[in-house]
Amino acid sequence: MTPLLEVRNLKKYFRVRAGLLHAVDDVSFTLDKGKTLGVVGESGCGKTTLGRTVLHLTEPTDGQIFFEGKDITSPTKNELRRLREDMQIIFQDPYSSLNPRMSVSETIMEPLILRGDMTKTEMFAEVRKLMDTVGIASRFENAYPHELDGGRRQRIGIARALALEPKFIVCDEPVSALDVSIQAQIINLMLDLQEERGLTYLFITHDLSVVKYISDDIMVMYLGQVVEKAPADELFANTLHPYSQALLSAIPIPSIRHKQERILLRGEITSPVNPEPGCRFMARCQYAAEECKQPQKLEESSPGHYVLCCRYKEINNL
Amino acid sequence: MDEKLLEIRNLAVEYHTDEAIVYAVNNIDLVVKKGETIGLVGETGAGKTTIARSILRILPSVTARIVSGEILFNGEDLLKLSEREMRKVRGSKIAMIFQDPMTALNPIETVGFQIAEAIQQHNKISRAEAERRACDMLELVGIPMERYSEYPHQFSGGMKQRVVIAMALSCNPELLLADEPTTALDVTIQAQVLDLMQSLKERLGTSVVLITHDLGVVANTCDSVAVVYAGEIVEYGTVEHIFDFAAHPYTLGLFGSLPKLDSKERRLKPIKGLMPDPTDLPKGCRFYERCPEASKECAEAVPADVEVAPGHIVKCIKVKGGAV
Amino acid sequence: MKRQRKKSRLSEIWRQLKKNKLAVVALFVLILLVLVAILAPLLAPYPYSQQNPKLSNAGPSAQHLLGNDKLGRDILSRLIYGTRQSLAMGVVSVAIAAVIGITIGAIAGYYGGWVDNLSMRLLDIYQAVPMFLLSVSLAAIMGPSLRNAIIALGIGTVPGYARIMRASVLTVREKEYIEAAKAINAGDGRIILKHVIPNAIGPMIVQITMGVGSCILAGSALSFIGLGAQPPVPEWGAMISEARNVMREHPTHALYPGICVMISVLACNLLGDGLRDALDPRLKN
Repeated sequence: MTPLLEVRNLKKYFRVRAGLLHAVDDVSFTLDKGKTLGVVGESGCGKTTLGRTVLHLTEPTDGQIFFEGKDITSPTKNELRRLREDMQIIFQDPYSSLNPRMSVSETIMEPLILRGDMTKTEMFAEVRKLMDTVGIASRFENAYPHELDGGRRQRIGIARALALEPKFIVCDEPVSALDVSIQAQIINLMLDLQEERGLTYLFITHDLSVVKYISDDIMVMYLGQVVEKAPADELFANTLHPYSQALLSAIPIPSIRHKQERILLRGEITSPVNPEPGCRFMARCQYAAEECKQPQKLEESSPGHYVLCCRYKEINNL
Repeated sequence: MDEKLLEIRNLAVEYHTDEAIVYAVNNIDLVVKKGETIGLVGETGAGKTTIARSILRILPSVTARIVSGEILFNGEDLLKLSEREMRKVRGSKIAMIFQDPMTALNPIETVGFQIAEAIQQHNKISRAEAERRACDMLELVGIPMERYSEYPHQFSGGMKQRVVIAMALSCNPELLLADEPTTALDVTIQAQVLDLMQSLKERLGTSVVLITHDLGVVANTCDSVAVVYAGEIVEYGTVEHIFDFAAHPYTLGLFGSLPKLDSKERRLKPIKGLMPDPTDLPKGCRFYERCPEASKECAEAVPADVEVAPGHIVKCIKVKGGAV
Repeated sequence: MKRQRKKSRLSEIWRQLKKNKLAVVALFVLILLVLVAILAPLLAPYPYSQQNPKLSNAGPSAQHLLGNDKLGRDILSRLIYGTRQSLAMGVVSVAIAAVIGITIGAIAGYYGGWVDNLSMRLLDIYQAVPMFLLSVSLAAIMGPSLRNAIIALGIGTVPGYARIMRASVLTVREKEYIEAAKAINAGDGRIILKHVIPNAIGPMIVQITMGVGSCILAGSALSFIGLGAQPPVPEWGAMISEARNVMREHPTHALYPGICVMISVLACNLLGDGLRDALDPRLKN
């Protein structure tokens, strides 16, 4: 079976005053239909840029993207139009992702208007159906975003993304800005939608408990590179990369039984501008050694588990 | 440890806007003991920040009204102090850290200068002495003192929050109010900052009121917990009580909403609905409409505090000196 | 239902504006001026060009409340008719400037890069010439008439609007709903018209209100030096100009139109100030 989405050696560099910012650097992955790939990392690791680049909201610097087996790295205008109907995005901030001057129904209808294959009545019916799907009462049809709470706004964002019946959705921190009780409602909604419609998600987040919960595979990113990639349970059970280990140990677990041994990292994330060829995590890594200055290669430690660290065997006594 | 440092009695705060009155804090009682860390947990708009701001009396003066209550700090009612006396308390005896370190620092002064300034404001010491103590404070929060004369924009978010903590602790306050101090930070940086706060608290013996929505942070740092919902404390107890014997349906709902790292369930159990409009609160139990346990009487009766175990208080009529 | 919502935004602004008593007074003054302009033929006791040599420079009387000018024309009537020209000067020239400015600002801000650089540098050059001087030269080249004065003023004040619009667009451009619109296949034109401009226009409202005031003033100045409204059409600036020769003996002839200019400019500025406060989300509640 061809994967729904395949990304090969994707690179996105931005030219900044100080040099080249390596936002996404040589990222490859495949994503099967109906599955969820979680992308975790801290701010500035390139996870958001990755999502945007896959959707062609910014153009990749290098690499290839395949969707349903077709190369979509540099689509023509028409191809991009069709592609956008298959690939959608849900944003983090339910306050900035909705146009404050457009009502709920106008927002949800806009993609339908742009596709332009429905009559006005059909579109209204479709908007009603979508609102029902995401659980917004029809009395909010003419409400404006500022009149609604964060959870409802996020539901509108989801309805807008669903309007074109996409196969693949990039979810860029869709629940990070929400309160826990609302967060759970939205996560459940997204899981239901995935089941009903066979959706495929690229789920970007910095919240590791959410990502474990929702993902089939997880990719940990650091300064534009994938440092570890594995099935969700495997990643949490056998964390191999020193950065992933520190990241996982840093999540505060809501339980007093679970006394955590935190790995405290030295310093803070370094700059993604003109990075050295070696391991990018080296400056903060407690296991850093001379060999880490060499360019690192993603190695498969066990089937489906990849790690970008030349010393992972020593560190983990493998 | 059992000595009371701060005692809030029957505090009620309202915001008067043109259209309506927002009932932000409704008759809460809270005790902070010497040396303890107490977590105020709740969702956006529950009234956590208003409680902290009331303690320091830095509520927006145009709209906010403290309707009733006493805030006893070392036995003295802060609400009765003159503004002048209050200024001596702020910063020196009670300090506050805000969520966003960006706005807490003056961008055009060096960080060292700002800390020294804060120290001099409350202590009659020479400039040189203040500078020396500022250097010590920087070292204390893990910033090399060579960075004394750098400006805030040269620091990253986590470093800025350290500076803010250094500034807050520079006068050895007895009470530190920390309003979501790590929410704006990445997890690995959050771990560093929480660790720092913990070790400083142990060294300096400061009491901390930690406002957060993250139960994970609470489990890792707090001694006791107050769960805030719609301007009320619906459950209060030691961290063990709250995490192992939570009794209020809202607290239970919060825990159910969290994705657990070790569970296999395919669905979360969210709390249905939304927090009630603070301008139009239900007259009975505030949680009535969202509560899975609700019955008719909950809509009418205002729940009283029930002590289910010594020091574990639950505001729910279904709870009777035991479990639900 | 929908209309009601749109209205509720206006009523929200009005609710905020109401708190500012001066701005409310200013708004009423402006409404009054507009009514006077519209109803001038009904309100004015005499036609504006009716001369009466017998009453040359006559003082106030029961028939002529503010007296008569050198040609014996009723000053009150001329002031009332003059409202039309002066308001037209303010409103139309600002409309021209705002439409051009919004277009340039929106395009420069939205596309950024060389489009932005080019248009901003052009505006820099544009602004190196003093606005009034530019308007004067334009009006002089096109020939003195009210219409040309309005066009000259409109063109002369474009840069201010373009810059404010651009700055405002720059913040809107970063919003996620713009990206969302791209993701659902909206073209640039649609994004600018439906998503960018409606959300960036807020700060312009203040600028436009105040701009009307300064254009009335500048328009009067143009008329004063003979480049605006042509006799016998009454315009406040032109009336002041005509009153120059008799300023010593009859200072009121210049004073009345002067007061009219002052009141209308002041009203625009006060309303602009009030709107700025009313539209600023930080000042809400």
